[in-house]
Amino acid sequence: MTIDITRRTFLQQSSLVIGVTLLSNSFELCNVSFVRAGSELTFKPHAFLEIAKDDSIIIWMGQTNLGQGTHTGIPMIIADELDAAWKNIGVKMALAAEPFKDPLWHVQLTGGSTSIRHRWDMLRQVGATARQMLVEAAAEKWGVSAEKCTAKESKVFHPDGRSFSYGELVETAGKRKIPENSQLKDAGKYKIIGTSKQRLDIPDKVKGKTVYGIDFTLPEMCIAVVARPIAYGASPQSYNEQAAMAVKGVVKVVPIDDKIAVCAETTYAAMQGRDALNIKWSEGSHPDLNDEYLDALFVKHLEQPGAVGKESGDAEEAFAQAHKTVEESYKLPYISHAQVEPINCTAHVEKERCRLWVPTQGQTVAQMTASKITGLPPEKVEVMTTFAGGGFGLRGEPDPVVDSVILSQALGRPVKVIWSREDDFANDYFRPGSQCRIKAGLDKEGRVVAWIHKVAAPSVMSRVMPQYVEDGIDPDAISGIRDMPYSIPNQLVNYVMLQGVPIPVGWWRSVGYSVNVFTVESFIDELAHKSGKDPLQFRLEHMEKGSRPYKLLSLLAEKGAWNSPVTQGRARGVALTFCFESIVAHIAEVSVDNRGKIAVHKVICAVDCGTAVYPDAIKAQAEAGVVMGLSLAFHEEVHFDNGGVKTANYDEYPVLTMSEVPEIEVHIASNNLKAGGIGEPVLPSVAPAVSNAVFKATGVRLRELPFKTELLVSG
Amino acid sequence: MISLHVNGEVSKVDVDPDTPLLWVLRDNLGITSVKYTCGIAECGICTVLLDGEAVRSCSITVEEVVGSKILTIEGIADDHPVKIAWIEKQVPQCGYCQPGVMLQTVDFLSRVPDPSGEQINEALDDVICRCGSHPRMKQAIKLAAGMTSTAGVKS
Repeated sequence: MTIDITRRTFLQQSSLVIGVTLLSNSFELCNVSFVRAGSELTFKPHAFLEIAKDDSIIIWMGQTNLGQGTHTGIPMIIADELDAAWKNIGVKMALAAEPFKDPLWHVQLTGGSTSIRHRWDMLRQVGATARQMLVEAAAEKWGVSAEKCTAKESKVFHPDGRSFSYGELVETAGKRKIPENSQLKDAGKYKIIGTSKQRLDIPDKVKGKTVYGIDFTLPEMCIAVVARPIAYGASPQSYNEQAAMAVKGVVKVVPIDDKIAVCAETTYAAMQGRDALNIKWSEGSHPDLNDEYLDALFVKHLEQPGAVGKESGDAEEAFAQAHKTVEESYKLPYISHAQVEPINCTAHVEKERCRLWVPTQGQTVAQMTASKITGLPPEKVEVMTTFAGGGFGLRGEPDPVVDSVILSQALGRPVKVIWSREDDFANDYFRPGSQCRIKAGLDKEGRVVAWIHKVAAPSVMSRVMPQYVEDGIDPDAISGIRDMPYSIPNQLVNYVMLQGVPIPVGWWRSVGYSVNVFTVESFIDELAHKSGKDPLQFRLEHMEKGSRPYKLLSLLAEKGAWNSPVTQGRARGVALTFCFESIVAHIAEVSVDNRGKIAVHKVICAVDCGTAVYPDAIKAQAEAGVVMGLSLAFHEEVHFDNGGVKTANYDEYPVLTMSEVPEIEVHIASNNLKAGGIGEPVLPSVAPAVSNAVFKATGVRLRELPFKTELLVSG
Repeated sequence: MISLHVNGEVSKVDVDPDTPLLWVLRDNLGITSVKYTCGIAECGICTVLLDGEAVRSCSITVEEVVGSKILTIEGIADDHPVKIAWIEKQVPQCGYCQPGVMLQTVDFLSRVPDPSGEQINEALDDVICRCGSHPRMKQAIKLAAGMTSTAGVKS
């Protein structure tokens, strides 16, 4: 099998098949186990792949390392088709560049669980094409037909057993034309895909050698912290520049619009200098904004009819015929990314170029942002992606790029901008809060015949990609509803875009699904109980028999022993997600004491993400999804007051910790389908699986996140 | 000038005595494995060992640690059971919190060499890992404890 689009990509990039790697082209991010000879002739048939004379193979990465395993998973795919020896493989982060743009979205980013699923064919084709070129190079040297030669473990073998290592073929292969058709392996022939290698970035992380953005340093570099408005729309009325300058180490105070930056020789001096500014802020644009105000605003919006996001059949008519009608409301809070490494960026603006060292998830956005500010063409903006200490979507935002570029220009020096933890909470682009009302009709047999779902929520897409918002519908805000994995004949989905608050919202792991899967999976559970049916069986009855979600849920039922009795005093709940081309389902086993305390004893997770490229990384993501999902269920909520963000630090934004982490079991469905996403699909069905189990245990339905456990206090 | 004993070496730094140890390690000594995260001793990510005891470097001044032996993750041998176990169990995701968590574990295992699950929960309950590597941390701590007891390695 060959892929035309990949071949075109190959040709675009194959003008220089033999390349000399320039040091300026790379940023050493990952000291992997092999040592490579200095700059020398290499075989570089694609931007992703470079083979040196010493047999070392570099996989050039365009995707950000957030710890998700992609920096090992992507090399595994290329190495497998290349028939490379795994020990030869090393990874380097590339400068932001055209070939690393998402082939479907045409920007370089790490988000949407796309790293592999959008490059599934491309990555395999890169390996297969290079392998074919190496085989042909060996055949040429031996004067035999390429068909008679075979490749294995970074060597090409002659029929008589002689061999050349890939390194020995670099020069000959580099002179060959890119072949027309390269055969991809059948899944049964994979040697590396489907195995669990040791993640290449882990040893450095354990030794403390990994350089994150916040650790990056340059000679002559200044460190800056930026005072930002304490309420939305506020601006500084007065501040004490002299006091800031009097702090030892402070270099300069620079106002940027409604912000004031303090640049210093050390981070601590910059922070002290900022405190010394003693800024008096104006009241801001929305002084009444607080939690109660927001809640009332959502309720008011939910009263409006809303735009139609999906309409199938005739829901109103179906209700008239329904045997039973159920209607409930749900409520979810704004939540913060709370990634551990604070937002930061280092910029060095020079006359002819601008360089950025930034733990970004959005290289193209960073590049365009710096280009716009400096007036330099985008190709003169070098974006070097550092390791990132978490991200979960926030690192796609260019805010730290803006400040660091402006400050580097102002100072004529490299500047690293660091947000404090308080800056991070106050200036987050939050996962939107949401309220919804759902009404369903059941027929006499207990089948769902009608579903009306109205959501009131702010729109992320209106800010970041307004071109996809049509007729008042932000497709993300109703994701998980419009595409729920159940067949319901009559559906109406309405969306009311929340207006009137200045709270910025952005992408957060699993985006709209993190909201709507909770409501859909809770409500389908309510309907199952109203129908007197087993909740898992009820879900299966509303799916196409034999479909992927049907099979996955059946697998989970088997692995989670759904039909066998549960330990005395405990109850089980189930929930399902289908997003980013993968299906994930959870069974939670809980008990609830009479003070309303929920104990989650065990969570069983089943995953169908197509071909399981790197099972241990999938398992790690699934475990992490349970932890973060429980964190949302029990703790996470951003508070607002006095027209701004009230939540300031982790003491006011607790996240799940060790004693709350249950036993977690992960089962991966094996198949040979296209690889789907994993980072995001593992999250959304955790919270509803738990609340569904709580209902089973107590008869009380938790319709709000985080859970209001006072509802569970009995006796 | 203040003298600091870090990872077996003595360094002199010219800083105010009330500067948090965290910033002196990072900005003056270039030991960036010690991470800034919350600045209020809430998350445990900036943890270092002070005479073998885990402390939060964001909330202790450089003056308070004069005369003490400071260890950061670089000061723990690569063949230490905690480091071996962390790799064996493939614990880190983003990895940002792990040096602090590992150091807290080194301290914990030196006091409780054969911990129960409950003791692990209690000892590591005040550190934050946003990626959710907790299940693997737990496994790695058990593995490291086993290695320590069988090989007689001292942390």
